[in-house]
Amino acid sequence: MSVPAVDIESLPRLPVDPDGPVFREPWEAQAFAIAIKLHETGLYTWNEWADALSGAIAAAQEEGDPDLGDTYYQHWLKALESLVLAKTDLTLEQLLKRKDAWDRAAQRAPHGEPILLPEDEAE
Amino acid sequence: MSGHDHDHHHHDHAHGHGHDHEHPRLSDLQLRVKALESLLVEKGLVDPAALDVFVDTYETKVGPRNGAAVVAKAWTDPAFKKQLLEDPSTTIKSFGFEGRQGEHMVVVENTETVHNLVVCTLCSCYPWPVLGLPPVWYKSAPYRSRAVSDPRGVLADFGTRLPDDVEIRVWDSTAEMRYLVLPARPTGTEGLSEADLADIVTRNSMIGVETVQYPPRREAAQ
Repeated sequence: MSVPAVDIESLPRLPVDPDGPVFREPWEAQAFAIAIKLHETGLYTWNEWADALSGAIAAAQEEGDPDLGDTYYQHWLKALESLVLAKTDLTLEQLLKRKDAWDRAAQRAPHGEPILLPEDEAE
Repeated sequence: MSGHDHDHHHHDHAHGHGHDHEHPRLSDLQLRVKALESLLVEKGLVDPAALDVFVDTYETKVGPRNGAAVVAKAWTDPAFKKQLLEDPSTTIKSFGFEGRQGEHMVVVENTETVHNLVVCTLCSCYPWPVLGLPPVWYKSAPYRSRAVSDPRGVLADFGTRLPDDVEIRVWDSTAEMRYLVLPARPTGTEGLSEADLADIVTRNSMIGVETVQYPPRREAAQ
């Protein structure tokens, strides 16, 4: 999957810790929170999470990711997706379809307006 | 877009029909998070309000200040320090900082002869309740490997030079075990209050890549 170029600076940024950036982009914080919350609901143990995350990091390294910390949340997200698919009845097809719907909603939304998913595309 | 204007459920996945004026406003990663989050919310597996509160907590309420408060109290209260070293998990919990993953905390004390350095060689296990979110360099492969193979080199990168006779102990965090360094209290701070002491304790000193300086110096960027 290709990553389209976006203007990172135009995205709303979460406050950063005075000691340094804790998230580079808001989606990282969201992905972080989802993983913690799902663990809290008991969907997976913390060990399962650590295994999935280190597995995703190892796989990326094998594919040549220099792993300098800046791609960290990409691995995080990959681990999260794989655990959700393994532990819930959500399917990859549902995820891809929903991603597509968000993409189209994003392109439709007037600039500066919140991006909303139309009801007929949420299922 | 596709001519099937009346079919709202039409998904032709016709990629590559690029219109130059149509720039995606969300990146692939953002879209994946949104897809995941919205489906999980609909399934009732996560509460969106709780997600927001959680993100806000880690961003603004939790952070290295929690750890700094623990360190400052240990510097000024010998009984607390003893308790902290002997039973860190319970003692830190009594401070109101509770781990979310049920992990055990270990507090390692820097002395004149021992300097402690914390790493997670596997991924990025980190004492979140006391230090907030890990800095980017903590998660990087070079730090994860060099902290073990060349700890003095890593310390030098942070501008930290220790006498040769100081032993460096490297602690590798795991999902169950998180480490917090109790830095040495710098000389010249005898007159400072607990709150003033907490102000000079840096995040990096609690990871062990720096010592606490007084008067404080700016934390190294890397």
